[in-house]
Formats: sequence, C-alpha cells, structure tokens
Amino acid sequence: MPSQLVDKYYRTESLPHIWCPGCGNGIVTRAIVKAIDNLGLNQDDVCIVSGIGCSSRASGYLDFNTIHTTHGRALAFATGIKFANPKLHVIVITGDGDCVAIGGNHLIHTARRNIDITTIVFNNNIYGMTGGQYSPTTPTGDRGTTAPYGNIDANFDLCNLAKAAGATYVSRATVFGANMIIKQVENGIKNKGFSFIETITICPTYYGRKNKKGDSVDMITDLKEIAVNKVSYEKLSEEQRKGKIIVGELYKGKRPEYVEEYNRMVESF
Amino acid sequence: MTEKIIRLMQGNEACVEGAIAAGMRFYAGYPITPSTEIAELSAAKLPRIGGKFIQMEDEIASISAIIGASLTGYKAMTATSGPGFSLKQEGIGYAAISETPCVIVNVQRGGPSTGLPTFPAQGDIMQARWGTHGDHSIIALYPSTVREIYDTTIKAFNLAEKYRTPVILLMDEVIAHMREKIEIPNIDEVEIYNRKKPKSSPSEYLPFHVREGDIVPEMVNFGEGYRFHVTGLVHSETGFPTNDHKIAENLITRLINKIQDNVEDIVEYEEYRLEDAEKVIIAYGATARSVKSAIDSLREEGCKIGMFRPITIWPVAQKQIEEMARKVKKVSVIEMNMGQYFLEIDRIAGKYTTVNQYGRVHGELITPEEIISFIKEG
Amino acid sequence: MLRQELRLSGSGGQGLILAGIILAEAALYDGKNVVQSQSYGPEARGGASKSEVIISQAPINYPKVNKCDILLSLTQKACDKYISSLKSGGILILDSSVTKLPDRDDIKIYSIPILKTASNGLKKSMVANIVALGSIYELTKIVNRVSLERAVLNRVPRGTEELNKKALKKGFELIKNYRSKPYGEVC
Repeated sequence: MPSQLVDKYYRTESLPHIWCPGCGNGIVTRAIVKAIDNLGLNQDDVCIVSGIGCSSRASGYLDFNTIHTTHGRALAFATGIKFANPKLHVIVITGDGDCVAIGGNHLIHTARRNIDITTIVFNNNIYGMTGGQYSPTTPTGDRGTTAPYGNIDANFDLCNLAKAAGATYVSRATVFGANMIIKQVENGIKNKGFSFIETITICPTYYGRKNKKGDSVDMITDLKEIAVNKVSYEKLSEEQRKGKIIVGELYKGKRPEYVEEYNRMVESF
Repeated sequence: MTEKIIRLMQGNEACVEGAIAAGMRFYAGYPITPSTEIAELSAAKLPRIGGKFIQMEDEIASISAIIGASLTGYKAMTATSGPGFSLKQEGIGYAAISETPCVIVNVQRGGPSTGLPTFPAQGDIMQARWGTHGDHSIIALYPSTVREIYDTTIKAFNLAEKYRTPVILLMDEVIAHMREKIEIPNIDEVEIYNRKKPKSSPSEYLPFHVREGDIVPEMVNFGEGYRFHVTGLVHSETGFPTNDHKIAENLITRLINKIQDNVEDIVEYEEYRLEDAEKVIIAYGATARSVKSAIDSLREEGCKIGMFRPITIWPVAQKQIEEMARKVKKVSVIEMNMGQYFLEIDRIAGKYTTVNQYGRVHGELITPEEIISFIKEG
Repeated sequence: MLRQELRLSGSGGQGLILAGIILAEAALYDGKNVVQSQSYGPEARGGASKSEVIISQAPINYPKVNKCDILLSLTQKACDKYISSLKSGGILILDSSVTKLPDRDDIKIYSIPILKTASNGLKKSMVANIVALGSIYELTKIVNRVSLERAVLNRVPRGTEELNKKALKKGFELIKNYRSKPYGEVC
C-alpha cells in the first residue's frame, strides 16, 4: 500500500516536493523506498546521499540518514561515509548532469574502487533545475535552451561507462516499468560492490516541451515502446534497433570490494 | 610520567603526528607538492591505528570524502597546496554551512596557478579567509616552527569540533619540508576536544538548533538512530531547505557570530620583545623566524623594535593589534606576498599609527638582512 | 661555535639528504638545536642534490643557509655551483674526482677520495655519504663521535650496520692520513 510506504519512509513535513506535475522522479523515488522496504533494511542503517539537481532533492523527502551534497560530488561524499562507517547501506541518488558531467570523474573512480555503494541515476536527458539545458545524455540533434539549433554533442551510454569503469552491478529501467526499478534497486543493494542503476525518467516541462514530446502520459508511453530487453534487442534488425533502449540487468561481475580490501590489508599487519 | 620524546622531525610529519594525537582517524587526499608527505605518512600510519586512509581522484573528492566521514563521527583531515587549495573551496563552503568539523591543511607554494611548486609563498592568506563564495567566518591557524605545527594541528581539530567549522592550517613550504628538533608532549598533557553526546532524544532532536548556553547545535553522527538531513542549501533548525529570508539571515549571522563572538577563545599570538618597542613588525609563519633574527640584530644596535606574530591568522586578533598600534610609532607587515595581511592590519592599526609593508614573491624566504635594511630605510 | 652551517652537495643518489639528516640527528643527541633542509622537486631529481644543516647552541630562527661554514662537494658541478656560498675562512671538502679546484685562497680545501673509498675500498658506492660524514667529523668535530655513530645506526637500513660503521671509520682515516697541507690558508 503506497500510503504505508509514505507514512513510514517519507518525511511528510518536508513535502510537498519541488517536482513539476508529470515529473517521473516520484516514480523512481518510490521504487527506491519500496526496494528498501522489501529488503527489510533498518532506516537507521540507510544513508541516502544526493548531489545537486531535481532528482537530488529526493534525499530531503526521505526518512533516513540523508545528505544533499554539492554538485557532482555525491559519490565522493558517499565514499567517505561508506569507508568511515561500512555498516551503513549507502545509496546515492543523482541525475544525468550531476553524475556524468560535473561528477563524471567521481563516477569512474567510485566504480573502479568497487566500493559497496548503490547509485541510482535519474536520467531525464536535461538539466531541469536550471531550466532545460542539454546534458551529456541529451540525444544528438535534440534541443535544449543551450542547444537552440539542436545538440551537436554525442551522448553517453551511462551503463557502458559504468561497466567499463568497473561497476559490478549495472542495470537500466524506465519509469514505465516501476517494478523493474524496484527489483534492480534490491539487487543493486544486495550486490557487495559498486552498483549502478540507470533509470530513464521524464521531464515533460523542459525536455518534453523543447522537443515536442507531448505530455507526461505521451512520454511514458514512448518509453514503453522504445524499451526492450537484451534478448529482444539482439533479435532486432539494425533498422529496428534505432531509437531503442535496452533495459534489464546488463552486467553482473565479481571483483574485490574496496572496504573489504582495506580491512584485509589491515588484518595482514 | 613517561619521558618526553625528543626527535628530529619534518614539518609535514609533525602535522600528521599532531593530527593523530588530536584523534584524526580519517584522511582523504590527493598528491600535491609540497604537502605530499602528509598524505604519505597518513597512508603509512592510519591503517595501523584503526584509522582510514584513502587517496581520492582529486582535491574536491578528497574534501567531500572527509566531510562525509566527519558526519559519521570521525575526526577527518585533508592536506593540499596552492592549486589544490583553490579546488578545496567548494568543500570548505559546504562544511561551513553544514557545520561539519574538518581540518584542511594548505602547505602554500608560489602561485597563481601551478606557479612555483617547490618554493615558499604566503599568497593564500586572503584565499583562506574568503576563498569560498558567500559570506562566512573561518578559522585559520599559522604555525612557525615544527613543534608549533604539531600544536596547531591539535588546536585545529579542537576548534573544528568545538565550533563545528572547517579549520584551515596554513603552512609554509620552508617549515613543512625542513627537519627540526621537536619535543613531543606527553599525550596525557595535551588538551583534546571531543564531540559531545547529544542531550536530545531522536524524537526531539533538531539538528541545527542551538540549545540555551551552547555555542553550536548538538552534533549527532549518521547511523546513531537520529535520522536527520544535511544540506548545503540554507536550512532551518530542522535541517530542511528553506527560502525564508528571515531564516536565511539568522542562519548566516549565527554561523559568522559563533566565531566572531568567540575571538578571544580562538586567537593565539606571540609577542616578541615588544615591552618598550617603538616599532613593531607583524609577521607569521616562516617569515616570522627571519623577523626574529632581524629584531635580535636591530636590538643590538639599540633599535627599539619587536614583533607581533599571529598564530591564529583568522579571525584576526583585532583587539590586541589595536592596543599595540596605539603605543607604537610604526607597524610594518612583512610577508611573502604583495600585501595581503597588510590590508587587514592597515584597516585595524592604520587609525592609530603608520603602517607599511615589505613583501616578496620570488619564492625565497625573506632574509633577516632584507628586513634589517627595510626597517633602517623606513 | 654558536652557529655552524653546512652545505652537502653533489648529485642525486649520493645519499646527501640522508647524510644531512644523520648529522642533524647527531647534533640533536648532543643537545644542540638543529635544522636540516634540502633541495626539492625537479632540482632534486637526477642532477644536483643539496642538503643543509644548521647546528646551534641558541635557538635557530632564520632556518636557511646562505653563507656556509663547511661545504662538501662530491661533484665538479656542485663545487662550481656552491663555492661562492662558502664563507671566508670556511672549510671545503672535495671528492678527489673534482679536478678543477676553486680559485679561492681564503678557504681551506681538503681533497679526499670519498667516492673511490666507498666503491673500491668498501665495494659499495652507496656508503659514500657515510664516508663523507666520517671525514666531516674528523675534520670539524662538529658533533660527538658517539652521537654520530648512534645517528648513523639509527638511520641506515637494517643489515647494513657493520658496513656503515666501517664506512665511517674509513672517513675518519681519510683525514687522519691526510698528507698534503690544505690548499690555501685561513685569512
């Protein structure tokens, strides 16, 4: 029951949230909370760390140990927290600009260390908080207020980036499939190492309006149509693959986890 | 009582020893000359005493990590130099508004930019004060000997905890890299300030409320059953962000006043041969050592001259400098920059006496001979 | 002597920084005040290397060496670079591989085979710095012999104690057996 989730895990005194009507961030936030609930984690043992941007405001709405840090640095703060107190389940909430533009280097190195942090990127393909500038995930050709003639940049594939950098759990889901997000967050938290979950969310206010994507319902319906799992994707022709995004658990690996390695070093003295 | 330990120690090493004595058990850093030995020694020592060392991917990540660690209850430090100090400013501002204790060491080098990586300068005086954006107070300490590096590092941690603030330790390359005799005090004789346990229960806890008679809000660590929110946004006593103008003004003035109202507790300084001085030199760090040598020579020639040496560089020892300025004919600020602390001293002392400045930016410690001729000429 | 300043110069890898530290530590054992510093960065990699020691009864304020009382130069390059910083009446200790002697008659010059003693006599070129310390001691008695030996043993790698003791002794002998008169005279 949603209301029970809200009562237990949301700081109702800090609501209403700042998100626009039709924003997808609430769906992802609820999915994270639902995953925590499913796992039965003690609220006192969970630490939510966020950066700066629309999605990063989520930390303030949730009743855990929460910290809303500086732009791009959520993973660096989270590394300090996890390393200092490994008992905490550290979950990072971040956006596409926060995580892979200003925070891109921190993402690479946090993945490289494979420290036990679960990162959920709310990818809405735009800088929403500042009013609709193009981000590293804005598709080439799409518009933003700083790409009035269309974006000429190539965009990042966040999951490939995280995998290449060393994350040991990598997955993607969209706000159309909230249950998939819940499952992935659960598995991400369960993974002893760096977990990276890209959630494709929607920004009807800026990205949607700038690119004539229709309203919130239209955008979510679009996500339903373009999201395919790995197996289905493999079966598609080159032509059919255009514009599609692969969802599901994309990579699971096993590598030494940072804090465990540190402890092993200490024990060897 | 155990025998006091006398050792030959490098300045950067004394910083690590002092930090560990103060309770530092978390260090995050990034290599940069001339501060790197601080990271190297922390890496060697911390894992062996139950502490944590991590080399982060950059300077901003390092200060972010120590703020995170501090929020879980650790006494945490990072060290850097010149260009790295510029990058630390983001985190210093965050630590200031979120009232997270931490210590930032800046072993200065010639600048701006990459500048003179292996040579001394005192060019970060104003950056230490105003480097991060927005109105705020800061505490910055400035040691002059290897022994004093040990003591001021301990003091930096004590002040960080007591006032819930970032504290900057400004060091000179000259002292950071030289080895000198140091008498390590017995640890039982060293005053250590530890974070107090909260009096409030989790249900009544307001993370940014100052209780009657306290200087700062009670600090609770993440993971201890108090679920609160920390943000770099202006926030109310609840910790949640607000755009309320009155709350904003109250918060920022409280952050400034918690330091400005306690200047007497924070400032530390040395007075050298000031008793009958008609001329006074104000100098700090390594430069003050040259000044002492110069004063000894000038005194031999009958010149009534002394030195006021701030150890707490920020907040400035305004009251003491005013009192001194009223009594003397001239105040000279001698520093390895083109007049940064001079600006502050002239503001305070200029009303009562003549203030001038001698500054060099050539990457060498100002010599006693230079100082003697400057004083004689002026 | 109230304050004595030494500059140990040569090339990187000759162990001069360690020699400076050992000398400083010996002076510390003697109850003296002491400051040791060294060249850093690009200056210290490869090329020239320099270590400085100030030993004083009184507290040391100004911590840098400008004009030194004692200069050790193990290479021609180091000698050429620092010879002007030696005080009038000062002592210059040169490795005998330095063939172009400085044109100064106001200093005492001792030319001794430090590097050769280490590489040929002791079969370990890395102990040249300890040989040099032995010679500096024998010539200047700037620290107590017991303190010097203690400082050497405290700072050298484990397992090399005997070798270093021998090196120190060889350094003493280089001066004890010094036949020729020092070049120049004290003014």
